[in-house]
Amino acid sequence: MKADPAGVLTGVHYLDGDYACGEGAMAAGCRFVAGYPITPSTEVVERISRRFPMMGGTFIQMEDELASMAAVAGGVWTGTKCMTVTSGPGFSLMMENIGLATMMEAPCVVVNVQRGGPSTGLPTMVGQADMMQARWGSHGDYELIALSPQSPQEAFDLTIDAFNLAETWRVPVMFMMDECVGHMTEKVVIPPADEIEVVPRVLTDKKPGEYKPYAVNGRPVPENVRAGDGYRFHTTGLTHDERGYPAMTVECQSTAVRRLIDKIRLNADQIVRYEEEDVEGADVVVVAYGITARVTRAGIDLARAQGVKVGFMRLIVVWPFPEKRIRELAGSVKAFVVPEINYGQMVLEVERCAAGRATTTLVPHLGGGVHDPEDICRAIVEAAK
Amino acid sequence: MTTPIENRPEDHPIAPYLRMDRMPHIWCPTCGIGTVVKCFASALGEAGVDLDKTAIVSGIGCTGRVAGYMNLDAFHATHGRAIPFATGLKLGRPELEVVVFSGDGDLSGIGGNHFIHAARRNMDLLVILVNNFIYGMTGGQNAPTTPETARSSTMPFGNFERPFNLPHLAASCGATFVSRWTCLHIRRLTKCIRTALGRKGFRFIEVIAPCSTLYSRLNRLGSGLDLIKFYHDNSEIRHGADTRDLDIGFQDHFVCGNFVDEERPTFLEQMNAHYSKTLGDRYVPMQPEGGWIHE
Amino acid sequence: MRNWRTPLDTGKVKIPVGRVVIIADRCKGCAFCVEYCPKDVLVMSDGFNKKGYHPPEVIKTGECVNCNLCEMICPDFAIFCVPAEEAEQAAEGGLN
Repeated sequence: MKADPAGVLTGVHYLDGDYACGEGAMAAGCRFVAGYPITPSTEVVERISRRFPMMGGTFIQMEDELASMAAVAGGVWTGTKCMTVTSGPGFSLMMENIGLATMMEAPCVVVNVQRGGPSTGLPTMVGQADMMQARWGSHGDYELIALSPQSPQEAFDLTIDAFNLAETWRVPVMFMMDECVGHMTEKVVIPPADEIEVVPRVLTDKKPGEYKPYAVNGRPVPENVRAGDGYRFHTTGLTHDERGYPAMTVECQSTAVRRLIDKIRLNADQIVRYEEEDVEGADVVVVAYGITARVTRAGIDLARAQGVKVGFMRLIVVWPFPEKRIRELAGSVKAFVVPEINYGQMVLEVERCAAGRATTTLVPHLGGGVHDPEDICRAIVEAAK
Repeated sequence: MTTPIENRPEDHPIAPYLRMDRMPHIWCPTCGIGTVVKCFASALGEAGVDLDKTAIVSGIGCTGRVAGYMNLDAFHATHGRAIPFATGLKLGRPELEVVVFSGDGDLSGIGGNHFIHAARRNMDLLVILVNNFIYGMTGGQNAPTTPETARSSTMPFGNFERPFNLPHLAASCGATFVSRWTCLHIRRLTKCIRTALGRKGFRFIEVIAPCSTLYSRLNRLGSGLDLIKFYHDNSEIRHGADTRDLDIGFQDHFVCGNFVDEERPTFLEQMNAHYSKTLGDRYVPMQPEGGWIHE
Repeated sequence: MRNWRTPLDTGKVKIPVGRVVIIADRCKGCAFCVEYCPKDVLVMSDGFNKKGYHPPEVIKTGECVNCNLCEMICPDFAIFCVPAEEAEQAAEGGLN
């Protein structure tokens, strides 16, 4: 379906990442946002609060992040596309209800504009240390999708993709920006509405009585339903059966939770997304995401100047992790170098998938700023030996 | 030809309002929650609301299981978050009548923050809080409503904390309809819920009900029937009472009735009025049918 | 109920007659209905239902006034009343 023009601010703009993300949400058809202010994400909702009243959207600043995520988990059932926005400390608070959205299969987008942590950390300075939390933050077994933009333009484009992925896979999608991208102002081109493809909320065509909220009939996800259409459906955070009724048995847990995870895990090929440069014949491949990807390019240039054959793999969809590709590359490269603004998170995934066939080196930066390209270059040169 | 009335569960007048495939329910013998559900179902019928446009949200706990038994669009949310979940439903599709039906621990303990803000905003929700003075489902722990000196599993020597006076809390935060009844006052409670269904804004009804297995047992108060007899002898109906006088002591005389019934603009009404005034023609409100965008 | 004089509309007002329908297997033996029936029509029976509870039984046939108090107060949705004529008609309609 084409985007609803009411939400599309077509034109060439000079926007920061936060604003661009807000614009992306509005272009994607998001019409309910519940948020709570937290630096450096607040501008996303500030932008939305300013533009929503002109397009039939409702924004509410809730009393805390728990309420925000709960409101999103509820709002989804009205057929409306919903989003919430936060940073590290709020992300932690939202975890229980992210789990609820995952269990209920409520499609929504959760934006985390990452900052230095742990705890209150560095409120106004960059970090990338919530990447594992995006995947494992809530309790129990589940899988979801996470994306990482590297620029305000991507903050716009990938937010639309995030909503599309959420609708396709009926899962909360974590939009893992970082403070640098969020607060960086760059050119953002917003195309006309009829050039933007959005996945709409498609409701079931079954009649009330025939419809079961969690029956899949061989498809990866169940059909959507909307409260107020007469279906009198039930959904719960308890382990439930096809009717949405609590069924706390070993059998049901196995079937239901396995399906929740497999819908992502077994379809990872359709979801995974990355960008590669010069990995063929490379001795070292650098794996990076977000703002670090941009700094990495400078580091790679320095290393190439010293004669190292370096390839670059930029993660766009961070979860599910591109295991297959890393495993493949591990067979042909000597080493992976992973710069990230944390003390080792995505590097653990790279290392796991490389399985010892290639060495894996972390280039950490504890947060508050971006890497010095020299440090990345040094690590690449070292790894190439 | 009318079918003869046999003793079939589906002949019970409440059957259209329940998920009959999930009966019997899990509540204990002499628990009062079932009675409150019956009054709610009767009120739904009497008020003539469109059941297709009525949604119910419950939290976690014994009363939290209510949504699962009602034949409405029903949601079993996380502990304490029924009110914000319901807010999302209401704001995403304003024409829905959204009812929150949960317990004292869920709504005033972990959910306390959401309770006061929804009341402050006059969010258009009907909140039915069943108060059994304890956290029943998890085995009888102290609740924010447990009366002083009452025993619970986490206050084994008796509660020394001051409990909430819930009608006062709701009224002081801005609720426009505040009542307290017990599950014994079946007709008045039904009428109260029926009236509330016809109002708008944050409507709060506290219903005192016995918890036989935990509160009653831990405090040696007999069965739920004994507690209901206690309500019979010790409750006083005082409509319009000052909500400051509605504290409940342990096995003490208490007051119930309808305390607050006012009209004030709801959150959405205020939002629409304000944006219309400040934005004029530019304002595009969300339609009552909600924000679902489709071809 | 004792009246100190006969109400003037005694002839016009008919006291309803109801029939109690007990869904025995639903009952959890709480005895709310027995306690609060205004005509004391019910007692807890000695029999057991499937779950081992004592359901109520009607001991004063014909005295139920169809007030539905038992129906409202039962937490287990195990008891309700219907107007007696309706019940008779339905019984006559029978299993044809």
